[in-house]
Amino acid sequence: MKDLLRALTNVFWRMPPAFWVTMKHMFKKPVTLDYPRKKAAMAPRYRGRHYLERYDDGTERCVCCGLCAAACPADAIYMEPEENEKGERQARVYEINLLRCIFCGFCEEACPEEAIFLGREYEFSDNNRNSFIYSKEQMLVPHPRKPNPFKRIIRRVRRTYGVPEQNS
Amino acid sequence: MFEVILTSSIQVVVVIVVVLTGCAWATWLERKVLGHMQQRIGPSYTGPYGLLQPVADGLKLIFKEDIVPDSVERLTYTLGPMLSFVPALLTFAVIPYSRDFSLFGLEFKGVISDLNIGILWIFAVTSLGVYGLVLAGWSSGSKYSLLGGIRSSAQMISYEVSYGLSIVGVIVIAGTLSMTELVAKQASDSIWFFENWYLWRNPIGFLLYLTCAIAETNRTPFDLPEAESELVAGYHTEYSSMRFALFFIGEYANMLAVACVATTLFFGGWNGPAFLSFVPPVIWFLIKVFVFMFCYVWLRATFPRFRYDQLMRFGWLVLLPLAILNAMVTGLVVLWLG
Repeated sequence: MKDLLRALTNVFWRMPPAFWVTMKHMFKKPVTLDYPRKKAAMAPRYRGRHYLERYDDGTERCVCCGLCAAACPADAIYMEPEENEKGERQARVYEINLLRCIFCGFCEEACPEEAIFLGREYEFSDNNRNSFIYSKEQMLVPHPRKPNPFKRIIRRVRRTYGVPEQNS
Repeated sequence: MFEVILTSSIQVVVVIVVVLTGCAWATWLERKVLGHMQQRIGPSYTGPYGLLQPVADGLKLIFKEDIVPDSVERLTYTLGPMLSFVPALLTFAVIPYSRDFSLFGLEFKGVISDLNIGILWIFAVTSLGVYGLVLAGWSSGSKYSLLGGIRSSAQMISYEVSYGLSIVGVIVIAGTLSMTELVAKQASDSIWFFENWYLWRNPIGFLLYLTCAIAETNRTPFDLPEAESELVAGYHTEYSSMRFALFFIGEYANMLAVACVATTLFFGGWNGPAFLSFVPPVIWFLIKVFVFMFCYVWLRATFPRFRYDQLMRFGWLVLLPLAILNAMVTGLVVLWLG
Protein backbone atom coordinates (compact mmCIF):
# COMPACT_ATOMS: atom_id res chain seq x y z
CA MET A 1 0.00 0.00 0.00
CA LYS A 2 2.83 2.36 0.88
CA ASP A 3 4.53 1.56 -2.43
CA LEU A 4 1.31 2.12 -4.30
CA LEU A 5 0.71 5.54 -2.77
CA ARG A 6 4.29 6.58 -3.37
CA ALA A 7 4.14 5.48 -6.99
CA LEU A 8 0.89 7.38 -7.54
CA THR A 9 2.23 10.59 -6.01
CA ASN A 10 5.31 10.22 -8.16
CA VAL A 11 3.33 9.77 -11.33
CA PHE A 12 0.87 12.59 -10.77
CA TRP A 13 2.89 15.04 -8.72
CA ARG A 14 6.64 14.63 -9.26
CA MET A 15 6.93 13.39 -12.82
CA PRO A 16 5.18 16.21 -14.73
CA PRO A 17 7.71 18.87 -13.61
CA ALA A 18 10.53 16.56 -14.72
CA PHE A 19 8.98 16.26 -18.17
CA TRP A 20 8.60 20.01 -18.26
CA VAL A 21 12.31 20.46 -17.54
CA THR A 22 13.45 18.29 -20.45
CA MET A 23 10.93 19.90 -22.78
CA LYS A 24 12.17 23.35 -21.77
CA HIS A 25 15.75 22.38 -22.47
CA MET A 26 14.88 21.07 -25.89
CA PHE A 27 14.19 24.60 -27.11
CA LYS A 28 17.26 26.16 -25.57
CA LYS A 29 20.31 26.87 -27.64
CA PRO A 30 22.73 23.92 -27.62
CA VAL A 31 25.79 24.55 -25.50
CA THR A 32 28.01 22.41 -27.71
CA LEU A 33 29.64 23.72 -30.86
CA ASP A 34 29.32 22.23 -34.35
CA TYR A 35 33.11 22.08 -34.14
CA PRO A 36 34.90 21.68 -37.45
CA ARG A 37 32.28 23.90 -39.08
CA LYS A 38 32.12 26.51 -36.34
CA LYS A 39 34.98 27.46 -34.08
CA ALA A 40 34.90 28.99 -30.66
CA ALA A 41 36.12 32.58 -30.34
CA MET A 42 39.77 32.62 -29.31
CA ALA A 43 41.34 34.62 -26.53
CA PRO A 44 43.36 37.54 -27.97
CA ARG A 45 46.52 36.27 -26.29
CA TYR A 46 46.07 32.63 -27.23
CA ARG A 47 49.37 30.76 -27.68
CA GLY A 48 49.27 28.31 -30.56
CA ARG A 49 51.88 26.94 -32.94
CA HIS A 50 55.11 28.93 -33.29
CA TYR A 51 56.08 30.95 -36.32
CA LEU A 52 59.38 32.62 -37.20
CA GLU A 53 59.28 36.25 -38.30
CA ARG A 54 61.30 37.91 -41.10
CA TYR A 55 62.55 41.43 -41.81
CA ASP A 56 60.78 43.32 -44.56
CA ASP A 57 63.46 42.39 -47.09
CA GLY A 58 62.92 38.72 -46.36
CA THR A 59 65.95 37.87 -44.23
CA GLU A 60 65.21 35.86 -41.14
CA ARG A 61 65.21 37.67 -37.86
CA CYS A 62 66.46 34.65 -35.97
CA VAL A 63 70.23 34.77 -35.35
CA CYS A 64 70.38 31.41 -33.63
CA CYS A 65 71.52 32.81 -30.30
CA GLY A 66 70.04 29.91 -28.35
CA LEU A 67 68.26 32.01 -25.72
CA CYS A 68 64.89 30.47 -26.57
CA ALA A 69 66.32 26.99 -26.20
CA ALA A 70 67.81 28.03 -22.86
CA ALA A 71 64.52 29.50 -21.68
CA CYS A 72 62.49 26.53 -22.80
CA PRO A 73 61.34 24.61 -19.70
CA ALA A 74 60.38 21.58 -21.80
CA ASP A 75 63.67 21.46 -23.71
CA ALA A 76 61.78 21.32 -26.99
CA ILE A 77 63.98 23.58 -29.15
CA TYR A 78 67.06 22.42 -31.02
CA MET A 79 69.21 24.63 -33.25
CA GLU A 80 72.49 24.70 -35.18
CA PRO A 81 73.97 28.00 -36.44
CA GLU A 82 75.56 28.88 -39.79
CA GLU A 83 76.65 31.99 -41.76
CA ASN A 84 74.68 33.23 -44.74
CA GLU A 85 76.23 34.71 -47.89
CA LYS A 86 76.36 38.19 -46.34
CA GLY A 87 78.31 36.89 -43.38
CA GLU A 88 75.40 37.14 -41.01
CA ARG A 89 74.66 34.50 -38.43
CA GLN A 90 71.48 32.52 -38.90
CA ALA A 91 70.02 29.11 -38.06
CA ARG A 92 70.94 26.15 -40.24
CA VAL A 93 68.70 23.84 -38.25
CA TYR A 94 65.91 25.15 -36.10
CA GLU A 95 63.51 22.54 -34.81
CA ILE A 96 60.75 22.60 -32.24
CA ASN A 97 59.32 19.37 -30.99
CA LEU A 98 55.66 20.27 -30.62
CA LEU A 99 54.95 17.17 -28.59
CA ARG A 100 57.34 18.36 -25.91
CA CYS A 101 56.36 22.00 -26.17
CA ILE A 102 54.04 23.20 -23.42
CA PHE A 103 53.16 26.44 -25.22
CA CYS A 104 54.24 28.59 -22.29
CA GLY A 105 55.59 31.40 -24.49
CA PHE A 106 58.94 31.74 -22.67
CA CYS A 107 60.79 31.47 -26.01
CA GLU A 108 58.80 34.43 -27.28
CA GLU A 109 59.81 36.45 -24.20
CA ALA A 110 63.45 35.38 -24.30
CA CYS A 111 63.99 36.23 -27.96
CA PRO A 112 66.12 39.42 -28.30
CA GLU A 113 65.47 39.70 -32.06
CA GLU A 114 61.67 39.38 -31.88
CA ALA A 115 61.92 36.45 -34.23
CA ILE A 116 59.77 33.74 -32.63
CA PHE A 117 56.12 34.15 -31.79
CA LEU A 118 53.36 31.83 -30.76
CA GLY A 119 50.60 32.00 -33.35
CA ARG A 120 46.97 31.00 -33.26
CA GLU A 121 46.94 27.70 -35.06
CA TYR A 122 45.95 24.78 -32.88
CA GLU A 123 44.83 22.19 -35.42
CA PHE A 124 48.03 20.37 -36.31
CA SER A 125 47.26 16.81 -35.35
CA ASP A 126 48.98 13.99 -37.21
CA ASN A 127 49.37 10.23 -37.18
CA ASN A 128 53.15 10.28 -36.99
CA ARG A 129 55.25 11.40 -34.05
CA ASN A 130 58.10 12.51 -36.30
CA SER A 131 55.94 14.97 -38.15
CA PHE A 132 55.51 16.94 -34.94
CA ILE A 133 59.12 18.04 -35.09
CA TYR A 134 58.67 21.28 -37.00
CA SER A 135 61.59 22.59 -39.01
CA LYS A 136 62.53 26.17 -39.70
CA GLU A 137 60.97 26.06 -43.16
CA GLN A 138 57.63 25.00 -41.73
CA MET A 139 57.60 27.82 -39.22
CA LEU A 140 58.94 30.75 -41.25
CA VAL A 141 56.29 33.16 -42.49
CA PRO A 142 56.21 33.17 -46.32
CA HIS A 143 58.05 35.90 -48.20
CA PRO A 144 57.10 37.85 -50.19
CA ARG A 145 53.41 37.74 -49.46
CA LYS A 146 51.97 37.27 -52.93
CA PRO A 147 48.44 38.40 -53.73
CA ASN A 148 46.44 35.25 -53.30
CA PRO A 149 43.65 34.19 -55.66
CA PHE A 150 41.77 32.69 -52.73
CA LYS A 151 41.83 35.91 -50.78
CA ARG A 152 38.22 35.70 -49.71
CA ILE A 153 38.62 32.25 -48.16
CA ILE A 154 41.90 33.23 -46.55
CA ARG A 155 40.29 36.29 -45.00
CA ARG A 156 37.56 34.16 -43.57
CA VAL A 157 40.06 31.71 -42.14
CA ARG A 158 42.00 34.60 -40.65
CA ARG A 159 38.91 36.04 -39.04
CA THR A 160 38.53 32.79 -37.15
CA TYR A 161 42.17 32.00 -36.46
CA GLY A 162 43.71 35.47 -36.34
CA VAL A 163 46.86 36.20 -38.27
CA PRO A 164 50.48 36.93 -37.38
CA GLU A 165 50.99 40.67 -37.60
CA GLN A 166 53.75 41.93 -39.84
CA ASN A 167 55.84 44.19 -37.64
CA SER A 168 59.18 45.51 -38.84
CA MET B 1 -8.85 -15.70 -54.48
CA PHE B 2 -5.98 -14.53 -56.61
CA GLU B 3 -6.85 -10.92 -55.93
CA VAL B 4 -6.86 -11.48 -52.16
CA ILE B 5 -3.42 -13.06 -52.31
CA LEU B 6 -2.16 -10.24 -54.50
CA THR B 7 -3.50 -7.43 -52.34
CA SER B 8 -2.30 -8.96 -49.10
CA SER B 9 1.17 -9.64 -50.51
CA ILE B 10 1.41 -6.02 -51.61
CA GLN B 11 0.29 -4.93 -48.16
CA VAL B 12 2.82 -7.18 -46.45
CA VAL B 13 5.66 -5.78 -48.51
CA VAL B 14 4.57 -2.18 -48.03
CA VAL B 15 4.05 -2.57 -44.30
CA ILE B 16 7.42 -4.27 -43.77
CA VAL B 17 9.21 -1.59 -45.78
CA VAL B 18 7.43 1.18 -43.91
CA VAL B 19 8.12 -0.42 -40.54
CA LEU B 20 11.81 -0.96 -41.26
CA THR B 21 12.33 2.56 -42.57
CA GLY B 22 10.32 3.76 -39.60
CA CYS B 23 12.73 1.93 -37.30
CA ALA B 24 15.71 3.45 -39.09
CA TRP B 25 14.41 6.97 -38.75
CA ALA B 26 13.26 6.32 -35.20
CA THR B 27 16.96 6.03 -34.34
CA TRP B 28 17.51 9.40 -35.97
CA LEU B 29 14.58 10.89 -34.06
CA GLU B 30 15.89 9.47 -30.82
CA ARG B 31 19.42 10.78 -31.28
CA LYS B 32 18.28 14.19 -32.45
CA VAL B 33 15.63 14.76 -29.78
CA LEU B 34 17.83 13.33 -27.05
CA GLY B 35 20.63 15.57 -28.22
CA HIS B 36 18.54 18.71 -28.09
CA MET B 37 17.05 17.80 -24.73
CA GLN B 38 20.61 17.56 -23.42
CA GLN B 39 21.41 20.82 -25.22
CA ARG B 40 23.66 19.10 -27.72
CA ILE B 41 23.28 19.24 -31.49
CA GLY B 42 22.89 15.56 -32.30
CA PRO B 43 23.69 14.08 -35.71
CA SER B 44 24.21 16.91 -38.18
CA TYR B 45 26.79 15.80 -40.75
CA THR B 46 24.93 13.37 -42.98
CA GLY B 47 22.44 15.32 -45.00
CA PRO B 48 20.24 18.18 -43.78
CA TYR B 49 19.75 17.92 -40.01
CA GLY B 50 21.64 14.63 -40.15
CA LEU B 51 18.64 13.00 -41.80
CA LEU B 52 20.76 10.48 -43.69
CA GLN B 53 22.37 9.21 -40.49
CA PRO B 54 20.36 5.92 -40.52
CA VAL B 55 21.64 5.21 -44.04
CA ALA B 56 25.22 5.75 -42.92
CA ASP B 57 24.65 3.60 -39.83
CA GLY B 58 23.14 0.82 -41.93
CA LEU B 59 26.02 0.83 -44.40
CA LYS B 60 28.51 0.77 -41.56
CA LEU B 61 26.80 -2.18 -39.89
CA ILE B 62 26.55 -4.17 -43.12
CA PHE B 63 30.24 -3.77 -43.93
CA LYS B 64 31.46 -4.49 -40.42
CA GLU B 65 33.18 -7.76 -39.67
CA ASP B 66 30.87 -10.38 -38.19
CA ILE B 67 32.81 -11.45 -35.11
CA VAL B 68 31.69 -14.70 -33.47
CA PRO B 69 33.54 -15.47 -30.22
CA ASP B 70 34.86 -19.01 -29.71
CA SER B 71 32.88 -19.61 -26.55
CA VAL B 72 29.43 -19.23 -28.11
CA GLU B 73 26.81 -21.89 -28.59
CA ARG B 74 26.49 -21.58 -32.38
CA LEU B 75 22.88 -22.50 -33.03
CA THR B 76 21.26 -20.42 -30.31
CA TYR B 77 23.71 -17.61 -30.88
CA THR B 78 22.40 -17.35 -34.43
CA LEU B 79 18.78 -17.82 -33.38
CA GLY B 80 18.87 -15.05 -30.75
CA PRO B 81 18.74 -11.99 -33.03
CA MET B 82 16.19 -13.61 -35.32
CA LEU B 83 13.91 -14.48 -32.43
CA SER B 84 13.94 -10.94 -31.15
CA PHE B 85 13.44 -9.46 -34.60
CA VAL B 86 10.73 -11.62 -36.18
CA PRO B 87 8.06 -11.39 -33.42
CA ALA B 88 8.39 -7.64 -33.48
CA LEU B 89 7.52 -7.64 -37.17
CA LEU B 90 4.73 -10.20 -36.80
CA THR B 91 2.82 -7.78 -34.57
CA PHE B 92 2.16 -5.47 -37.49
CA ALA B 93 0.08 -8.13 -39.25
CA VAL B 94 -3.02 -7.31 -37.23
CA ILE B 95 -2.69 -3.58 -36.76
CA PRO B 96 -5.32 -1.65 -38.73
CA TYR B 97 -3.80 1.43 -40.28
CA SER B 98 -6.63 2.63 -42.51
CA ARG B 99 -10.22 2.02 -43.51
CA ASP B 100 -10.74 -0.28 -46.49
CA PHE B 101 -9.69 1.45 -49.67
CA SER B 102 -9.28 0.76 -53.37
CA LEU B 103 -6.16 1.58 -55.32
CA PHE B 104 -5.32 0.80 -58.98
CA GLY B 105 -8.57 -1.10 -59.29
CA LEU B 106 -7.73 -3.41 -56.39
CA GLU B 107 -9.72 -3.60 -53.18
CA PHE B 108 -7.47 -3.32 -50.13
CA LYS B 109 -8.39 -3.92 -46.54
CA GLY B 110 -7.05 -1.51 -43.94
CA VAL B 111 -5.17 -4.28 -42.18
CA ILE B 112 -3.08 -7.20 -43.39
CA SER B 113 -4.99 -9.84 -41.49
CA ASP B 114 -8.24 -9.05 -39.73
CA LEU B 115 -7.99 -11.65 -36.96
CA ASN B 116 -10.97 -11.72 -34.63
CA ILE B 117 -8.52 -12.22 -31.75
CA GLY B 118 -6.05 -9.59 -32.96
CA ILE B 119 -5.07 -8.25 -29.58
CA LEU B 120 -4.43 -11.75 -28.23
CA TRP B 121 -2.22 -12.46 -31.22
CA ILE B 122 -0.16 -9.37 -30.45
CA PHE B 123 0.35 -10.34 -26.84
CA ALA B 124 1.18 -13.92 -27.73
CA VAL B 125 3.73 -12.92 -30.31
CA THR B 126 5.45 -10.15 -28.37
CA SER B 127 5.92 -12.55 -25.45
CA LEU B 128 8.04 -14.69 -27.77
CA GLY B 129 10.50 -11.83 -28.08
CA VAL B 130 11.92 -12.60 -24.65
CA TYR B 131 13.29 -15.91 -25.96
CA GLY B 132 15.55 -14.02 -28.33
CA LEU B 133 17.09 -12.03 -25.53
CA VAL B 134 17.44 -14.97 -23.13
CA LEU B 135 18.96 -17.26 -25.74
CA ALA B 136 21.33 -14.55 -26.90
CA GLY B 137 22.41 -13.85 -23.35
CA TRP B 138 22.86 -17.50 -22.49
CA SER B 139 24.62 -18.62 -25.66
CA SER B 140 27.13 -15.79 -25.81
CA GLY B 141 29.31 -17.36 -23.13
CA SER B 142 29.97 -14.06 -21.44
CA LYS B 143 29.03 -13.00 -17.94
CA TYR B 144 27.62 -9.64 -19.04
CA SER B 145 25.43 -11.25 -21.67
CA LEU B 146 24.23 -13.87 -19.24
CA LEU B 147 23.33 -11.29 -16.62
CA GLY B 148 21.55 -9.22 -19.25
CA GLY B 149 19.62 -12.26 -20.45
CA ILE B 150 18.60 -13.25 -16.93
CA ARG B 151 17.52 -9.74 -16.11
CA SER B 152 15.49 -9.42 -19.29
CA SER B 153 13.70 -12.71 -18.69
CA ALA B 154 12.87 -11.83 -15.09
CA GLN B 155 11.77 -8.35 -16.01
CA MET B 156 9.69 -9.30 -19.02
CA ILE B 157 7.94 -12.13 -17.23
CA SER B 158 7.13 -9.89 -14.25
CA TYR B 159 5.79 -7.09 -16.38
CA GLU B 160 4.01 -9.38 -18.81
CA VAL B 161 1.38 -10.06 -16.12
CA SER B 162 0.42 -6.44 -15.62
CA TYR B 163 0.87 -5.82 -19.35
CA GLY B 164 -1.80 -8.36 -20.14
CA LEU B 165 -4.09 -7.19 -17.36
CA SER B 166 -3.78 -3.52 -18.30
CA ILE B 167 -5.75 -3.95 -21.53
CA VAL B 168 -8.49 -6.04 -19.95
CA GLY B 169 -10.37 -2.84 -19.09
CA VAL B 170 -10.54 -1.73 -22.71
CA ILE B 171 -11.51 -5.17 -23.92
CA VAL B 172 -14.30 -5.40 -21.36
CA ILE B 173 -15.64 -2.01 -22.39
CA ALA B 174 -15.42 -2.77 -26.10
CA GLY B 175 -16.55 -6.37 -25.82
CA THR B 176 -14.29 -7.49 -28.64
CA LEU B 177 -10.74 -8.72 -29.25
CA SER B 178 -10.62 -7.68 -32.89
CA MET B 179 -8.41 -4.70 -33.64
CA THR B 180 -10.58 -3.41 -36.49
CA GLU B 181 -13.70 -3.49 -34.33
CA LEU B 182 -11.85 -1.72 -31.52
CA VAL B 183 -11.01 1.08 -33.94
CA ALA B 184 -14.52 1.19 -35.38
CA LYS B 185 -16.01 1.58 -31.89
CA GLN B 186 -13.90 4.64 -31.22
CA ALA B 187 -15.10 6.53 -34.30
CA SER B 188 -17.07 9.72 -33.84
CA ASP B 189 -18.75 12.09 -36.29
CA SER B 190 -18.97 15.03 -33.92
CA ILE B 191 -16.56 17.93 -33.83
CA TRP B 192 -15.15 16.38 -30.64
CA PHE B 193 -13.60 13.59 -32.67
CA PHE B 194 -11.78 12.24 -29.64
CA GLU B 195 -14.87 11.81 -27.47
CA ASN B 196 -15.05 8.05 -27.96
CA TRP B 197 -11.40 7.28 -27.40
CA TYR B 198 -10.94 4.58 -24.79
CA LEU B 199 -8.31 6.78 -23.19
CA TRP B 200 -11.16 8.73 -21.48
CA ARG B 201 -13.02 5.63 -20.37
CA ASN B 202 -9.99 3.85 -18.98
CA PRO B 203 -7.19 6.31 -18.22
CA ILE B 204 -5.61 4.14 -15.51
CA GLY B 205 -5.50 1.28 -17.98
CA PHE B 206 -3.68 3.52 -20.41
CA LEU B 207 -1.04 4.58 -17.87
CA LEU B 208 -0.54 0.96 -16.86
CA TYR B 209 -0.26 -0.12 -20.47
CA LEU B 210 2.28 2.59 -21.19
CA THR B 211 4.44 1.72 -18.18
CA CYS B 212 4.40 -2.00 -18.84
CA ALA B 213 5.01 -1.49 -22.54
CA ILE B 214 8.12 0.53 -21.83
CA ALA B 215 9.33 -2.22 -19.52
CA GLU B 216 8.49 -4.86 -22.13
CA THR B 217 10.50 -3.10 -24.82
CA ASN B 218 13.46 -2.66 -22.44
CA ARG B 219 13.59 1.08 -22.68
CA THR B 220 14.79 3.61 -20.13
CA PRO B 221 13.93 3.77 -17.23
CA PHE B 222 13.45 0.00 -17.44
CA ASP B 223 16.48 -0.77 -19.61
CA LEU B 224 18.21 -2.99 -17.07
CA PRO B 225 18.90 -5.84 -19.50
CA GLU B 226 21.27 -3.61 -21.43
CA ALA B 227 22.34 -1.25 -18.66
CA GLU B 228 25.45 0.27 -20.20
CA SER B 229 27.00 1.38 -16.95
CA GLU B 230 26.86 -2.10 -15.41
CA LEU B 231 26.68 -4.72 -18.16
CA VAL B 232 28.55 -3.16 -21.12
CA ALA B 233 25.58 -3.81 -23.42
CA GLY B 234 23.74 -6.67 -21.71
CA TYR B 235 22.55 -9.53 -23.87
CA HIS B 236 24.02 -8.17 -27.12
CA THR B 237 27.52 -7.55 -25.78
CA GLU B 238 29.06 -10.31 -27.93
CA TYR B 239 27.19 -9.46 -31.11
CA SER B 240 28.55 -7.40 -33.94
CA SER B 241 27.66 -6.35 -37.46
CA MET B 242 24.20 -7.24 -38.76
CA ARG B 243 23.45 -9.60 -35.87
CA PHE B 244 23.69 -6.62 -33.57
CA ALA B 245 21.68 -4.59 -36.04
CA LEU B 246 18.89 -7.17 -35.89
CA PHE B 247 18.63 -6.68 -32.12
CA PHE B 248 18.57 -2.98 -32.65
CA ILE B 249 15.90 -3.08 -35.36
CA GLY B 250 13.96 -5.54 -33.20
CA GLU B 251 13.99 -3.12 -30.29
CA TYR B 252 12.79 -0.23 -32.41
CA ALA B 253 10.22 -2.38 -34.20
CA ASN B 254 8.93 -3.36 -30.77
CA MET B 255 8.67 0.27 -29.81
CA LEU B 256 6.76 0.99 -33.00
CA ALA B 257 4.49 -1.99 -32.39
CA VAL B 258 3.74 -0.84 -28.86
CA ALA B 259 3.03 2.66 -30.14
CA CYS B 260 0.70 1.24 -32.81
CA VAL B 261 -1.16 -0.92 -30.28
CA ALA B 262 -1.52 2.01 -27.89
CA THR B 263 -2.85 4.14 -30.74
CA THR B 264 -5.34 1.46 -31.72
CA LEU B 265 -6.52 0.65 -28.20
CA PHE B 266 -6.62 4.07 -26.59
CA PHE B 267 -6.38 6.79 -29.24
CA GLY B 268 -8.93 5.76 -31.82
CA GLY B 269 -6.53 4.14 -34.31
CA TRP B 270 -6.80 5.72 -37.75
CA ASN B 271 -9.92 7.75 -36.88
CA GLY B 272 -9.39 11.43 -37.51
CA PRO B 273 -11.63 14.47 -37.16
CA ALA B 274 -14.73 14.11 -39.30
CA PHE B 275 -14.44 17.64 -40.70
CA LEU B 276 -11.00 16.75 -42.12
CA SER B 277 -12.24 13.62 -43.86
CA PHE B 278 -10.27 14.36 -47.04
CA VAL B 279 -7.04 13.48 -45.19
CA PRO B 280 -6.23 9.78 -45.63
CA PRO B 281 -6.77 7.93 -42.34
CA VAL B 282 -3.27 6.49 -42.44
CA ILE B 283 -1.93 10.02 -41.88
CA TRP B 284 -3.81 10.28 -38.58
CA PHE B 285 -2.50 6.89 -37.61
CA LEU B 286 1.10 7.89 -38.34
CA ILE B 287 0.74 11.18 -36.46
CA LYS B 288 -0.48 9.39 -33.36
CA VAL B 289 2.29 6.81 -33.58
CA PHE B 290 4.85 9.57 -34.00
CA VAL B 291 3.61 11.28 -30.85
CA PHE B 292 4.13 8.02 -28.98
CA MET B 293 7.62 7.57 -30.33
CA PHE B 294 8.43 11.10 -29.28
CA CYS B 295 7.15 10.38 -25.77
CA TYR B 296 9.42 7.35 -25.62
CA VAL B 297 12.44 9.51 -26.32
CA TRP B 298 11.18 12.22 -24.02
CA LEU B 299 10.87 9.71 -21.22
CA ARG B 300 14.38 8.46 -21.88
CA ALA B 301 15.75 11.98 -21.67
CA THR B 302 13.91 12.63 -18.41
CA PHE B 303 14.42 9.67 -16.10
CA PRO B 304 17.37 7.64 -14.87
CA ARG B 305 17.39 3.84 -14.77
CA PHE B 306 15.68 1.91 -11.98
CA ARG B 307 17.67 -0.17 -9.55
CA TYR B 308 16.87 -3.85 -9.92
CA ASP B 309 15.02 -4.26 -6.61
CA GLN B 310 13.07 -1.08 -7.30
CA LEU B 311 12.07 -2.53 -10.64
CA MET B 312 10.76 -5.76 -9.15
CA ARG B 313 9.05 -3.99 -6.26
CA PHE B 314 7.37 -1.59 -8.66
CA GLY B 315 6.25 -4.38 -10.96
CA TRP B 316 4.75 -6.67 -8.36
CA LEU B 317 3.62 -4.31 -5.60
CA VAL B 318 2.37 -1.36 -7.62
CA LEU B 319 1.57 -2.28 -11.19
CA LEU B 320 0.01 -5.67 -10.57
CA PRO B 321 -2.45 -4.59 -7.81
CA LEU B 322 -3.37 -1.52 -9.83
CA ALA B 323 -3.93 -3.60 -12.95
CA ILE B 324 -6.13 -6.11 -11.12
CA LEU B 325 -8.05 -3.32 -9.45
CA ASN B 326 -8.53 -1.56 -12.77
CA ALA B 327 -9.76 -4.70 -14.48
CA MET B 328 -12.15 -5.48 -11.61
CA VAL B 329 -13.60 -2.00 -11.29
CA THR B 330 -14.06 -1.63 -15.05
CA GLY B 331 -15.70 -5.02 -15.19
CA LEU B 332 -18.11 -4.19 -12.37
CA VAL B 333 -19.01 -0.82 -13.85
CA VAL B 334 -19.67 -2.38 -17.25
CA LEU B 335 -21.72 -5.11 -15.60
CA TRP B 336 -23.94 -2.72 -13.62
CA LEU B 337 -24.19 0.28 -15.94
CA GLY B 338 -23.63 -1.10 -19.41
